[in-house]
Amino acid sequence: MALSTLWVLAEPSNGSFTTTSLELLTHARSLATDVVAITWGDGGQLGAVAGEYGASTLYDVGDLAGALPGVPVAAAIQALCESGAPDALLIPTSYDGRDVAGRLSARLDRPVLTNVTGISDEGGLVTEHPVFGGSLTVKAKFTGPGPGIVVVRAKSFVAEPSGASPATVVAAPAGDTGATASAVIATSHVEERTGPKLEEATVVVSGGRGLGEAGAYAMIEEVAKLLNGAAGASRAIVDAGWVPYSHQVGQTGKTVKPLVYLACGISGATQHMVGMKGSKNIVAINKDADAPIFQIADLGIVGDVHKVLPALIDALKARS
Amino acid sequence: MNIVVCVKQIPDPAAPQSFDASNNLNRAGKLILDEADTYGVEMALQLVDKAGGGEVTVVSMGSGADVAGLRNALAMGATKAVIVSDESLRGSDALSTAKVLAAVIARQPFDLVLAATESSDGYTGTTPVQLAELLGLPSITFAKAVSIEGTTLKVSRQTEAGYDEVTAPLPALVTVTAGVVEPRYASFKGIMAAKSKPLEVLSVSDLGLDGQVGAVGAREAIVAVETAETRQAGEKYVDEGDGAQKVVAFLEAIKVL
Repeated sequence: MALSTLWVLAEPSNGSFTTTSLELLTHARSLATDVVAITWGDGGQLGAVAGEYGASTLYDVGDLAGALPGVPVAAAIQALCESGAPDALLIPTSYDGRDVAGRLSARLDRPVLTNVTGISDEGGLVTEHPVFGGSLTVKAKFTGPGPGIVVVRAKSFVAEPSGASPATVVAAPAGDTGATASAVIATSHVEERTGPKLEEATVVVSGGRGLGEAGAYAMIEEVAKLLNGAAGASRAIVDAGWVPYSHQVGQTGKTVKPLVYLACGISGATQHMVGMKGSKNIVAINKDADAPIFQIADLGIVGDVHKVLPALIDALKARS
Repeated sequence: MNIVVCVKQIPDPAAPQSFDASNNLNRAGKLILDEADTYGVEMALQLVDKAGGGEVTVVSMGSGADVAGLRNALAMGATKAVIVSDESLRGSDALSTAKVLAAVIARQPFDLVLAATESSDGYTGTTPVQLAELLGLPSITFAKAVSIEGTTLKVSRQTEAGYDEVTAPLPALVTVTAGVVEPRYASFKGIMAAKSKPLEVLSVSDLGLDGQVGAVGAREAIVAVETAETRQAGEKYVDEGDGAQKVVAFLEAIKVL
């Protein structure tokens, strides 16, 4: 028995919805008879995109006047639920997505399942969660009254347009949200990055604690540049302040599935593996022959990154 | 300036993790203060210092009697600690956790609540925002810098593209990312002082939450735990000056070069 209705939080981003939003719309339409998208801000213009990826209706919370989306969007969804709630609500794992999920959960008094990488219908929604570095998969379900809130990791599904006609755009204002909505964005800053985005790059070169010091990360960036790839990092060196959080690959960072992932000086903590084990090919360079990363590497080089990376940079430069 | 910091005591992340018979994370071993929470404790200490005085209260919940992690936060300089420790809290989900923390925090006046963006054992990452909603507070998540000017909170919040400068009136809740400040190590003096600082242990009944939280309050269940598909290790070479060439050859074989 198919689910009747799934709602998907569709986050606006640069004139479209985020890739994860499109992945969720695509998967939702394989599970439910009716798929509804909820958006805000510029997303209200995207009825055609929402429809193309399977939504019949696009609820538009509208302009948030600078407020962080969490509170007003959750308030609008709560109001929508009063006139007919879905079987479940799918939300992308993102900064704003997690805010909406938390706010909505408390407002509706409904549970949230997070870090989801798979959703199936087994006479009810069943979610998959990788645990212990992805060595085990936990399957879970909601047991109480719905709608359950499901927060899904990027790249859990593949986004594919269905070619359906535009979704009907319906205004869904937030109403009065009181003091909780008083967090407002004063200014936005874009940090310039050159080269492809980490999540979209075909080559990802990541560095970890084995680099020894922050300055050595320049080697990672150079190899990434020479391979037209993106530079990533383990949580350890992000926590140490060597590189910004936006570079972090792993459970708490980004999920990447490039054609090839080069892990340099990364031992393979469970936290990191979840974010990159879906890569098509994995190359690992690490001093410690017993490092867990070698268990999932197609090519393992037991060696010092301070010797192998300069040699690799020279070899790549010689070819270009 | 009175700041509440939510902290979690977790099994040592360096030790192998496992499930118990009820598919809860095995917490039988020694519990430590989640490293992710040390940033919130440090941030609170710095903000109170800048404000010219006030209290830093750490709050926590758990199913066991362990308080070593809280003593650690007190040794760093927190004023006092409160933990809701109750066997019935085993199997709590994120929303139950938020309900317990909200009940504890609401018992005293505060200006700011700090928490980590997520714990290092469960990674749910929704408890702080649920807590903010239950307390009727604005929240700013993923803070990489926090300052207070008068009664206005100013936060640099991580975004996909960079960061936003976000403001909110106090009281409010903020989640801090790792690396936001450099957590201090507890000094010997701090460790000695922590032994005599107030540490209150409450039960679920003390908060009037019987039957609402813990496994009873959880409305999700694990239906299966399966071994995930594993990748096979490929070839492994010890670098003898030819490591880079091996990498180049591999990249050629998969047509990246």
